[in-house]
Amino acid sequence: MYNAGKIIIGLIIFLGLVTAPFWYNKGKASPPPKLEVGTQEKQCVEPTPFMKSSHMQLLNEWRDEVVRNGKRVYTSSTGKTYEMSLQNTCTKCHAKKTQFCDRCHTYMDSAPKCWDCHIAPVEPTATGQQAARSDK
Amino acid sequence: MNSTRRRFLQVAGLSVLGLGVKPACDAMAAEPKVSVGPEALVGKRWAMIVDQKKCIKEEEGCKKCVDACHLTHNVPTIPNAKDEVKWIWQTSLEHAFPGTQSPVLDGYVKESLKNRPLIVLCNHCDNPPCVRVCPVQATFRRPDGIVMMDYHRCIGCRFCMAACPYGARSLNWRDPRPFIKTETMNREYPTRTRGVVEKCTFCFERLSKGLKPACVEACKEKCLIFGDLEDPKSEVSEVLRKNPSIQRKPHLGTRPQVYYIL
Repeated sequence: MYNAGKIIIGLIIFLGLVTAPFWYNKGKASPPPKLEVGTQEKQCVEPTPFMKSSHMQLLNEWRDEVVRNGKRVYTSSTGKTYEMSLQNTCTKCHAKKTQFCDRCHTYMDSAPKCWDCHIAPVEPTATGQQAARSDK
Repeated sequence: MNSTRRRFLQVAGLSVLGLGVKPACDAMAAEPKVSVGPEALVGKRWAMIVDQKKCIKEEEGCKKCVDACHLTHNVPTIPNAKDEVKWIWQTSLEHAFPGTQSPVLDGYVKESLKNRPLIVLCNHCDNPPCVRVCPVQATFRRPDGIVMMDYHRCIGCRFCMAACPYGARSLNWRDPRPFIKTETMNREYPTRTRGVVEKCTFCFERLSKGLKPACVEACKEKCLIFGDLEDPKSEVSEVLRKNPSIQRKPHLGTRPQVYYIL
């Protein structure tokens, strides 16, 4: 290889520059947000791990079933039935949108457009709501 | 181990069959996770009758059906007529039934009919032109005849508005939220967003809970009759059998399902 020294040094500088953001932010990852569920209910429609990972797929499924197939009632894996409605079912428990939905979506830099149309719940004031469950 | 080609193919074939067993079993065993719900009104062909003879008995300026619908569905009240959004509204006889006027016959049309507004709304056509032109299938015809809107899919191209001969569709030219009063907002029903087309959906969300459309419920004179045309015992079928009725612009072949008794 001609000019091996220059090339290798150049490559090292290049790699350093490309990975600079990672070095710059090393150890400074912002902690995951604390979420306020805002309900006494112990169990969501499906188990929590599934909801955490797949609530968006579930909501899409609900949307299609309600709007396109006219089916409104969901039987969950626990055997309970729910009305498939973001606005009338989800937000009844997740009544604190800014402290639940928004916190995590902001952290993940995800901007779902649900609330452009669906009306967000009126959030209870901090003093009025006691003993609401909070998730770490 | 000795193995013939025949034996090898047999084992391979059985293995492939075996792979298919589990998905097949799962599909058989899976309970339906979604259902229509026990109290839903189920019909085969939803239709509406506007009985104008009863409507004109109502006091002057009655807009109960319009108000009920627009409050139930968070339809914005936009002062600028160009940006107006409406699901059900009042119009004059010659606008609802254009081309039917004749200088000779007009003298014989009942005065009461001439001067009173008619109620018009989406006709939920059997052959809906809006559905044919929608490039993303955001509007579609349900098996029970309701011409539905899926706002999630609408791209706001307004082909459907151009196709609809009844002007039953409105585009949200601007964000509707500032034009919906917070205190009267129905928090159980969504609003729409800028850039989607909206229209009457025959209250599909109320039907699924066993309720009749909001406009039908609001009319004290029972001018609006809603029901299943496929059911010969339903009120709409009986009223249509007993009364002569007309539809809006039937010559266009859209087969509208809102009938008028004048």
